[in-house]
Amino acid sequence: MLKILKSGLQTSVQDLGRTGFQKYGVIASGVMDPFAHRLANLLVGNAEQAATLEITLVGPTIEFTENAVIALCGGDLSPQLDGAPVTMWRMHPINKGSTLTFGKPIIGARSYLAVAGGIDVPEIMGSKSTYLRAGIGGFCGRALKKGDEISIGNITQQQSLAFQHTSDNEFDWLVPPTRYFEEPVLRMIKGKQFDLFNEDSKKRIFNDVFTVSSDSDRMGYRLEGAGLALGHPTELISEAVAFGSVQVPADGNPIVLLADRQTTGGYPKIGQIISVDLPLISQLKQGQHLRFKEISLLDAQQRLVEQEQYIRQVKAAIQLKQEEWT
Amino acid sequence: MNISFSPLGDQAIVIEFGHEINEQTKQAVRRVSTLLEKQKPDWMIEFIPAFVTVTVFYNPILALYDKVKIELERLLLHLGEDLAVKTTTIEIPVCYGGEFGPDLEFVARHNKLTPREVIDIHTSGTYSVHMIGFAPGFPFIGGMSEKIAAPRRDSPRLRIPERTVGIAGLQTGVYPIETPGGWQLIGRTPIRLFLPENDVPSLLRAGDQIVFKEISKEDYDAWEEKPDAENP
Repeated sequence: MLKILKSGLQTSVQDLGRTGFQKYGVIASGVMDPFAHRLANLLVGNAEQAATLEITLVGPTIEFTENAVIALCGGDLSPQLDGAPVTMWRMHPINKGSTLTFGKPIIGARSYLAVAGGIDVPEIMGSKSTYLRAGIGGFCGRALKKGDEISIGNITQQQSLAFQHTSDNEFDWLVPPTRYFEEPVLRMIKGKQFDLFNEDSKKRIFNDVFTVSSDSDRMGYRLEGAGLALGHPTELISEAVAFGSVQVPADGNPIVLLADRQTTGGYPKIGQIISVDLPLISQLKQGQHLRFKEISLLDAQQRLVEQEQYIRQVKAAIQLKQEEWT
Repeated sequence: MNISFSPLGDQAIVIEFGHEINEQTKQAVRRVSTLLEKQKPDWMIEFIPAFVTVTVFYNPILALYDKVKIELERLLLHLGEDLAVKTTTIEIPVCYGGEFGPDLEFVARHNKLTPREVIDIHTSGTYSVHMIGFAPGFPFIGGMSEKIAAPRRDSPRLRIPERTVGIAGLQTGVYPIETPGGWQLIGRTPIRLFLPENDVPSLLRAGDQIVFKEISKEDYDAWEEKPDAENP
């Protein structure tokens, strides 16, 4: 069990999201930084889609009531195990009774805690993700609170063999961490309604610096800047939106739609952040700055294919390492 | 029909059937949805039907944009075929006015009608579900009479109870979950529209027809106590 001694700002159970139900208006949910989540799972020998804890800015205090193997990937929120710093992007054996705490956010806003065996909560509509607004999925449909006890799933025979004869020293290797930036340049494909914007806005979207406003959460980040506008006022017919859609309501401040976005929207979409750059925005805190840079669809898809190949290589390397131990 | 394709980022493609909500675009959206459900291409992750578009989410590792587009064009060749597209009509019982419909009087006054007339008009139409979106199971419904149209409230309510029936402009709808909103509230239904425990978690689907039926407060209470009678 993971016993929550202090709740932190917002810690919720998430996996790669709920697919197949958006046509019924059920949002996808899932992790904000899928890359970090997947690597954390791979490090502990889990399937990539196993549920992790998404920890936001101010981390919780967690007591382990049993032995476990964990990895933390994503934003560095100064994790400590019984007072000693925990290296990110690496696996760690945990002894029963140990306590994991977090301190100051160093870089990034969200950290992913994977536990060998996965976080064990019931699946709702094929996913363990918490849908906070509807109060379903995850742990009791909500963010974790003091006193919660979260079950760890069973580990496979291979995981058990890999971990039993291994000392902490042998875990001393990392996967290459994602580089998060204080002021990232996010690559963006032009949106379906890009040409409806006035000439000034079409230039400024790729030239100006935008600021993440305080009105930002898992649903979307509201950006301050530019003051973008359409060439002519146009009433659009609502259609699907996606993770990373950049839409512009009448006030001219873009909204980037993220993990908990609604399924459809009626605002014009000036662009779409490419999939491989989504972790860079998901790790931003309010007040941070960002810029957009244009990329073609084909280039974006090639970057995505390369990233998948990279994850496959990491997965193969970790498997080899763990086979050595068995 | 003028069908166009456009990317929605690097993992989705939008099929657009026109720029106007009409019978033709509505049929096209339904038929493509039926085809996609039947054929389930292996690169498809899921799709979202809307008023005049169907957006298909795909896995670019299995197929890049151009390939998906070609395969969808091929799929659309079957659009004219005799598909078994069923139209389901669902009756939604509504208890109008009182505590459930605090704005019924306003809608009546706004249209120079009596509350009774508003209820009669609201229950006399057959409505079609254009799209499910905004909230889980929330239907965008077309077909309401102009005679009972009413503007949104100037300041939205912070909490509208689930299953409340409302009017906004020329639209009518039912809130499946508690949410803030600016609609004029005219009644409430005892049946749930969002069913997270079911394989199909929404009572309504795009393409369904619905009719509203007036029920008394007694019927409403009896229905709420006996949730098994939900799908008559």
